[in-house]
Amino acid sequence: MSAVILAMIIWPLAWWINIRLANSSASNTRRIKLLVPAIFGLTLLAVWELLVRGLEVPLVILPPPSMIFDTFCQKLPILWKDFVQTFVKGALSGYAIGCLAAFFTALMVDRFDFLRRGLLPVGNFLAALPIIGTAPILVMWFGFDWHSKSAVVVLMVFFPMLVNTVSGLGETTSMQRDLMQTYAAGSWQAFAKLRLPAAMPFIFNGLKISTTLALIGAIVAEFFGSPTVGMGFRISASIGQLALDMVWAEIVVAAFAGSAFYSAVVIIEKGITFWHPSQRG
Amino acid sequence: MRNTIVPIVIVVVTLAGLWYAAVVPMNIKTALTDAERGGAVVDPSGAKDRRNLSPFSLVAKNTFAIRQTFNQARPRLPAPHQILVELWNTTANKKITSKRSLVFHGWITLSATLLGFAIGTGLGIILAVGIVYNRAMDMSVMPWAIASQTIPILAIAPMIIVVLNSIGIQGLLPKAIISAYLSFFPVVVGMVKGLRSPDPMQLDLLKTYNSNSVQGFWKLRLPSSIPYLFASLKIGIAASLVGAIVGELPTGAIRGLGARLLAGSYYGQTVQIWSALLAAACLAATLVAIIGLLQRITLKRMGML
Repeated sequence: MSAVILAMIIWPLAWWINIRLANSSASNTRRIKLLVPAIFGLTLLAVWELLVRGLEVPLVILPPPSMIFDTFCQKLPILWKDFVQTFVKGALSGYAIGCLAAFFTALMVDRFDFLRRGLLPVGNFLAALPIIGTAPILVMWFGFDWHSKSAVVVLMVFFPMLVNTVSGLGETTSMQRDLMQTYAAGSWQAFAKLRLPAAMPFIFNGLKISTTLALIGAIVAEFFGSPTVGMGFRISASIGQLALDMVWAEIVVAAFAGSAFYSAVVIIEKGITFWHPSQRG
Repeated sequence: MRNTIVPIVIVVVTLAGLWYAAVVPMNIKTALTDAERGGAVVDPSGAKDRRNLSPFSLVAKNTFAIRQTFNQARPRLPAPHQILVELWNTTANKKITSKRSLVFHGWITLSATLLGFAIGTGLGIILAVGIVYNRAMDMSVMPWAIASQTIPILAIAPMIIVVLNSIGIQGLLPKAIISAYLSFFPVVVGMVKGLRSPDPMQLDLLKTYNSNSVQGFWKLRLPSSIPYLFASLKIGIAASLVGAIVGELPTGAIRGLGARLLAGSYYGQTVQIWSALLAAACLAATLVAIIGLLQRITLKRMGML
C-alpha cells in the first residue's frame, strides 16, 4: 500500500517540477528541453513500478519495469539473435531492395508522363491499403525464413517511397530548369545537379516513413510463420507461455531498433540536405 | 479527367495481364501433378523429377496443362477471376449473418476500426489541445509522442489482446484499443501542428479585438487546424484498419478479416486469403475516400478550398 501512496506523491511532485521548469526563464535552453521529457519518462516508469508492486498486479497482466530490465539483461543472447534475424536479415534487406526499386520506378514515372498519369494514382491507392495482409501469401511463397519477411517489407516500403520520390522530382520550378538550360546542361546534368538534390528532402521523408514500416512488416510477417527465432516469433511464442516480461523485453528491443534506425536516416539526411531551410534552423 | 482515366485503365489492364501471365508458371507444378494423377502423360513424369526444373520449361513441354493452372482449388497464385468469383460468392450469395460471409467478417473488422478510430481521434484532439495550451505538457509529452512514431507499436497488439482477454475483456474493445492506439499519434502530431498554424499577425489581430483565449480557440485556432486534422485522419483511419486486422490474429482466427487471412494461411486456402485481402483493400479505399470527401465538403464550406 505504501508503494501506491508513494506513487501518488511522486506523480504530482514531478509534474510540479516540470511546470516550474517549463515556465522558468531558462526553459528555452537545450538542457531544460532534454530534462523535462526525461523527468516525465522516468516518472512514468517509477509510477508504473510502484503501482504494479503496490497493487500486486499479476505478472501475466503487467510486469514491473525492473523485471523487464532484468529479463532484458539475462536474455541478451536470445534477444540479439532475434534482432539479427528480424531486423538485419528481414527488415534491412527488404528496406534496401524496396527503396531502391521504388527510386528507380520513380525515375521511370518521372521520365514518362504516361506512367505518371497512369501508375501514380494506382500507387497512391495501393499506398493506403493494408499491405501487411499480403504477409500470409508471401510466407507461403518464400518459405518461413527471412526471405518472406524481406518480401513483405519490400511491398510495404515501395509505395510510400515511390509517391514521395515522384513528388520530389517534380519539385523544381520552371525558372530553375530554365537556368539549367541557359547553362547548356544536358538532361542528365540537369537531373544530377538540380532535380535530384531538390528531390532529396522528399526522398528522405519517404525513407523516414519507411523505417517504421519496415520493422512493422518484418515483425508482423513472423506472426504468420517463422523459424524458431525472430522478434515476431518470440513475441507470439512468449505470449503463449504468458511470459510477458520477455514480450516487453522484445518490445524494448523493437523500440530501440526503430528509433536508432530512424535517427540513422535523420543523421544522413542532415549531411545531405544541409542546404534545406528546415535543416539550417 | 479523360487524361488520367485512360492511362489508369491501361496500367490496370497491363497489371492484370502480367498477373494472368504469372499464374501459369506459379501453378504449373501442382497442375501437372494433378493431371498426372488423372492419367495424363506428363513430360517428365513423376513430381520428384519435376521439382528442380524451371517452371518455364515445364510450361513449354506441357502446354496442355495451361488451362488447368487457372482453375485450381488451392493455387499458389489464384487468377484474378477466381478471386472475384470467390468474392462474389462470399458477399452476394451468402446470408450476411453466415460465418462464411465476407460481409459478416468485414463488418466485425469495420466496427472495431471505427470504434477505435473514434476513440483515438477524440483522445488525440484533446491531448493536442492540452499540448498547445500547456507549456509543461508540451515539453514533457511532445518529444515522446514524436519518438513513439518511430517505434513499431503494432508489435504489442497481440499482447494487448491476450492481456485484456485474461482480465475478461473480449470481443470488440481490445481490437478497438489497438486501432485507437495506432490512430492516436498521427492525430496528436497533426493537430498540434494545425493548432499552431495561425501566424502571429492573426493572433495579434484577435488580441486587438479583445478576444479571450476561448474565443481565440474556437474562432481562429480550431478552424485553421482543420486541413491538418483531415490529413492526419486519412493516415489514422488506414492505420486503424491495419490495427484491427492485426488485432484479430492472436485470438486464433475466429471472426473478422484478419481471422480469414490467418485461417486461410493455416489451411492453404489461397483464394480465401486473396479475397479477404481484396475486401480489406476495398474497405481501406472506401474509408479513405469517405474522409477525403468529408475533407472537400468541409473545406469548401469553410471557404478554404
